[in-house]
Amino acid sequence: MRLKISSLLATAALALSACDCCTDECLDASGQGALAAAQAAAAEEACTPGTVADFVDNVGDRVFFDFDRSQVRPEGLETLKRQAAWLSTYSNYVVTINGHCDKRGTTEYNLALGERRANAAKEKLVAFGVDANRMKVVSYGKNRPIVEQDGSEWAYQQNRVAITVLD
Amino acid sequence: MFKRLAFTLLLFLSISWNARAELHIDITEGTFKPVQIAITPFDGGGDPELGNIAQEISKVIGNDLQSCGLFIVVDPHAYIQNARDVMSHPRFADWKILHAEALVGGLVKRSGNNLQVDFRLFDVFTESQLTGLALGTDPINWRRVAHKIADEIYERITGDKGYFDTRVVYVAESGPEMSRSSRLAIMDQDGENHQFISTGNRRVLLPRFSPCRKKIAYVDFGANDKTPTLHIHNLETGEAEALGSVDGQKMSPRFSPHGDHIILSSAKKGATALYKMDLKTKQFEKITSTTSTIDVSPCYSPDETKIVFISDRGGQPQIYVRDAGGSNDTRISFSTGRYDNPVWSPRGDLIAFTRQNGGTFYIGVMRPDGSGERMLDSGYLLEGPTWSPNGREVMYTCQDSTHGKVGLCSIDIVGFHKRKVNIPGEGSYPTW
Repeated sequence: MRLKISSLLATAALALSACDCCTDECLDASGQGALAAAQAAAAEEACTPGTVADFVDNVGDRVFFDFDRSQVRPEGLETLKRQAAWLSTYSNYVVTINGHCDKRGTTEYNLALGERRANAAKEKLVAFGVDANRMKVVSYGKNRPIVEQDGSEWAYQQNRVAITVLD
Repeated sequence: MFKRLAFTLLLFLSISWNARAELHIDITEGTFKPVQIAITPFDGGGDPELGNIAQEISKVIGNDLQSCGLFIVVDPHAYIQNARDVMSHPRFADWKILHAEALVGGLVKRSGNNLQVDFRLFDVFTESQLTGLALGTDPINWRRVAHKIADEIYERITGDKGYFDTRVVYVAESGPEMSRSSRLAIMDQDGENHQFISTGNRRVLLPRFSPCRKKIAYVDFGANDKTPTLHIHNLETGEAEALGSVDGQKMSPRFSPHGDHIILSSAKKGATALYKMDLKTKQFEKITSTTSTIDVSPCYSPDETKIVFISDRGGQPQIYVRDAGGSNDTRISFSTGRYDNPVWSPRGDLIAFTRQNGGTFYIGVMRPDGSGERMLDSGYLLEGPTWSPNGREVMYTCQDSTHGKVGLCSIDIVGFHKRKVNIPGEGSYPTW
């Protein structure tokens, strides 16, 4: 799952541009080697409304937080609005919201902070009309990074995140 | 899984008869001079197999004593008497020339199917025997015999219980950061006799020993990696038991000093509160009433009258102490930065903690009233201190740099003698 998401990230730009037009372009890419085929498959899936890839690529599955914070930022709020709209259309999905923290902290406190972040995202989704019973929350704290923690500010930011995962 | 070890204490060979000032090291003092100790290679009585074991035993004793920072082993190349002679007639005057203050000799022999290890510890300056023991055991336990002898020497000279015949449980980690596997593992405090406890297909966090060191409480994320549940592993049966899936995400379990309940945190709706879980009834009881703050990382005082924990009710995570009954919450940490992992010393006199300030992590100690705060170590990433059972040493997770290996370090709280604990791969969050 995790692997899939990261490979989708790599192809997100392609997928988005492909979806702007039509599915033909996505299909045209097939038959050009394994990687291209995989990219094409991901792009094609992203083009299919109601799929996981559609949610991840076209809606956005994650909201980011400031250091030691769990307040949803304005752009995160927009993402959550789109998530809520998508989830109201595709009401067969239940989700788990995963809370994460960057590695520059301690395991215990960050498990609690991750829960607080995931819950902040959940509360916004509830406010935007998603039934609380469709959502679970789990915190991984600093112990399950989303991107490799190479010490860069970008990596820290990517790991201070709540990710809505379709179950 | 771990064989019950049968030790027989055969006899005290003799007791010191000398009333003059004996060799003693006061480790409560801020400054002290390590004791120079000569440990003659133990004698196997000409039997090659016993000879090997005898030599190894003396090496382990030396490693133990040197590792704690209170002793310096005199270079064996300079020794002028072998162990057999030391046992019968130590030539104190000659040992004085080597500046040895303490002298150890030992003999290893067979007693039926068992080993018998005799040893004596002498005070070179008062020319007297401080202690002597004869230990009988199955030959496979020779390391434990060595640790027990090191414990006896440590206790005789410092007045404190030794901690060498003890074990440590920690989270063994392997694989790249993005697909890391974690397993509970157990080992002797010096890293020997390493064994994995769990298989590595589940995320495990925050293991903590029960008071008798027969059980381990920890958090297990389940086969799907999304159902974090409090678990207890029984070292005697090798079985793990999941404890309730009451609402909220369980974290930070610790056994009460009497061992009849667990104190822990549970996160729900953005707030993390302290809970107790009775081990008989398996009932959870909420003991802090937060609706928005994080109360996490609880730990009892050894007399079970107080609880130390972390709370961000004042803004940033800081250390608080409360009565076990649930009143008088008092903040005790006031330095800049953020605190976590407070853990009460088994002696009751100090609380060890992790402090993070800017880009630096510290392992430190303070008194339970918050006074006397001092840092023991600092580095790129340090966290999760655990006390040696005698309260003289602190072991913790340590990492040197972003891409550095995550390992275990141990430091004594008086001499600041730091050692890397020898583990086969990477690891974190020891419990001692």
